[in-house]
Amino acid sequence: MAKTLVFLEHHEGSIAKGSLGVLAKAAQIGGDVAAVLIGADVRGLAEGAGAFGAGTVWVADDASLAAPLPQPRVDVLAKLVADEGFDTVLFAQSVLAADVAAGLSARLDAGLNWGLVDFDGETGKAPQLQDTVVVDVGWSSPVKLGIFRAGALDAVESGGSAEVKDAAVELEDFSTQAEMVEQAHAEQQGPSIEDADVIVAGGRGLGEPEKFALAEELAQALGGAVAATRAVVDAGWYPYSAQVGQTGKTVSPKLYVALGISGAIQHKVGMQGSSVIVAINKDPNAPIFEFSDLGVVGDLHEIVPKLTELVRARKG
Amino acid sequence: MKIAVCVKAVPDAASGRHIDPSSKRLDRSGELTISEWDTYPVEEALKLKEASGSGEVVVVSMGPERAMDALRKALAMGADRAVLISDSALEGADLLGTAKALAGALEQEGADLVLFGQQSADGGGACLWAAVAERLRQPVVSQVSELTVDGSSLTGKRQTEYGYDTIRAPLPAVVAVADSINTPRYPSLKGIMGAKKKPQDARAAADVGGVEAPGTTVVSLSPPPARGEAQKIEDDGSGAEKIVEFLAEKRFV
Repeated sequence: MAKTLVFLEHHEGSIAKGSLGVLAKAAQIGGDVAAVLIGADVRGLAEGAGAFGAGTVWVADDASLAAPLPQPRVDVLAKLVADEGFDTVLFAQSVLAADVAAGLSARLDAGLNWGLVDFDGETGKAPQLQDTVVVDVGWSSPVKLGIFRAGALDAVESGGSAEVKDAAVELEDFSTQAEMVEQAHAEQQGPSIEDADVIVAGGRGLGEPEKFALAEELAQALGGAVAATRAVVDAGWYPYSAQVGQTGKTVSPKLYVALGISGAIQHKVGMQGSSVIVAINKDPNAPIFEFSDLGVVGDLHEIVPKLTELVRARKG
Repeated sequence: MKIAVCVKAVPDAASGRHIDPSSKRLDRSGELTISEWDTYPVEEALKLKEASGSGEVVVVSMGPERAMDALRKALAMGADRAVLISDSALEGADLLGTAKALAGALEQEGADLVLFGQQSADGGGACLWAAVAERLRQPVVSQVSELTVDGSSLTGKRQTEYGYDTIRAPLPAVVAVADSINTPRYPSLKGIMGAKKKPQDARAAADVGGVEAPGTTVVSLSPPPARGEAQKIEDDGSGAEKIVEFLAEKRFV
């Protein structure tokens, strides 16, 4: 029977949703499913993971693990895998998880597949080359390591409870050499457009600079960032740092909402990698509709305020 | 200070990147170019060398023999030397094989600092540095957007999902840099002319510690699911509701 370990990332006293999604997926595949929490003062989070399908939650709770640095986590995981005989270790994509998984791969000579959107216990699905091809990937090593794409899985509760056990903390000399000097939280104004999962972009169709408030409010409701086209940046409506396109930034969020944007090629090349594109434009012939998943022909000044209200209501 | 920069020669974006269905590997038969992300660590290495007034910048890569042409761009920018690990036994190497070969070559170089770009332009695992650091048993800092090196240690500032980390580590160390760290220089005409004359060493797998069996396999390839039928609707007053329904279906709200 498969023995699966899921790495639970946590931040400020809660487990990352992405990690819980991976745990729920592991539980759905079946076998013996455990999770591991590594950090300082994290024991209190352990039991909660039971509801997402972990039979056992291993806890490495130590002051030396307080900073979210990868190498001490590799030490804890490597020992746990060896001691408990896990054959699969799964991660949700993050800056930390990628470094932990790759370090663990080299430590254990275990194959690592990344960018997974699905996994059945033996093979995984990983879209590659800007999603132009889907690769079914497998493993030839005794221990399988996999990183799931951010947001690929839902954190579904299955309502179980977990047994909490202590994992040994024995760190290598080289693993403790890097030290966290400072952690500063990003400003709470939302993500920058390059990192944002959701982008609401405004173009000339907004009509006047003040109307960017429509884009800002919708972005805030969706938890996203605001972007702009070259036309409106050139016109001085919005700062250059928010410009998406050939002469601005290239973005590939999960959701791109285009407000009053015609979809000129100069703009398209900066955002065509977005997973889902929604466009609102009053011109039924606007090129943006050719590469939008949902296009709405209409007056954005009517639609957007309503849309923002509805999104707020949904998100509670 | 000696700085090694790990770079990758990737198929030129203009000629397209695709997987060869017979080998199930990236088709590298066309023109190769240095991955756009790898010009940033080359630039950073050159700046560090210039600031210290001495030292050496070595670019290290693994790839087909033709990849040496792509490495010449780094030499034209100002790197001193190129090392290319090239061996048919390494074709199709995964993370484990690549990390082992690079770490083998890097051990021989004994650099004070090993730099990577933030991702490759084709594979996109964005984690090779951590596997190499593990093999070298050195500290690793990734996604660094500001780097200072001070005698025997480095300080890197980086952005994560939650904010900004400042991390310090002693040398030797492995650092992956983000593309926000600098603006890579263009090679000068003199640099381009001089690049061919700079030392360019080819190494076989046996020279850098042998071949490690891959831990991963490619089972099959399939086209991506078609982009869902694009819907275009006229707003009849219910446009906002329809958008929210669509967003809910896609799990954005």
